[in-house]
Amino acid sequence: MRLPCPICGERDLREFSYLGDAVRLHRPAPDAGTDAWDAYLHLRDNPAGRTRDLWQHEAGCGAWIVVTRDTVSHAVEGAQLAAEMRDAD
Amino acid sequence: MGELEARSPCDVLLPITRGGWTLSEVDTGRITSIAPFAGQEAALSGALQTAYGLGFPEPGHSAEADGARILWSGRRQAFLLGPEPDAALARHAAVTDQSDGWAALHLSGAGCEAVLARLVPLDLRAEVFAPGCTARSLLQHCHVSVTRLDDTGFLILGYRSMAGTLVHELDTAMSSLAARSGA
Repeated sequence: MRLPCPICGERDLREFSYLGDAVRLHRPAPDAGTDAWDAYLHLRDNPAGRTRDLWQHEAGCGAWIVVTRDTVSHAVEGAQLAAEMRDAD
Repeated sequence: MGELEARSPCDVLLPITRGGWTLSEVDTGRITSIAPFAGQEAALSGALQTAYGLGFPEPGHSAEADGARILWSGRRQAFLLGPEPDAALARHAAVTDQSDGWAALHLSGAGCEAVLARLVPLDLRAEVFAPGCTARSLLQHCHVSVTRLDDTGFLILGYRSMAGTLVHELDTAMSSLAARSGA
């Protein structure tokens, strides 16, 4: 698998490390309540299809990126810098 | 206390020659990591231009002027190789001396990208990766910075603690390719 780093271009999978669902970028407010925090920490969808995951280009530029890919077809649609997505929210 | 002697990372390991390729150690001079503060990118680039005639490099690029080389080394980060860092830089960026952290290797010889093709998961042929191009990647399991210096040479920066492994990996690939080419 090759992933498109927004900074370095398309790179081999071995340069990246995987964290998990990009829902981690949407941290609830401290007083959001136990349900919101429970969902943030523990509840994950397990979609057959389009997913958005956090990866780090650890052996490359070091950037955290959000990769959109399809778990059924294995197609990789694209990637964005996590920092830019967080700022946009 | 006895006299302490400074040793370079590859002191007893290099140089080596296998076939038409040579791996040697380079004295890069001072290695300084420069990471711009938020919003200070343009001011930093100006300060670099004033001090060394070099701007802050775009991702994947490096440049050289008067014995100083600036090397993109990661997201919002570059390495200055050679001179002492100008005092003005610290106003716009986090400036860190990393001179003793890196082993600097020079791989040279016609077609030496064939050696790296066995080790680095990047297309380093000159038509794709021209002189001045640089990348952070892997050399087997070692994190490295690879820069093409000219048509027949690469600068490879690896962690000093991994110098022995780096030399071993490169030696193995060089020897194997040299044997196959009958050199």
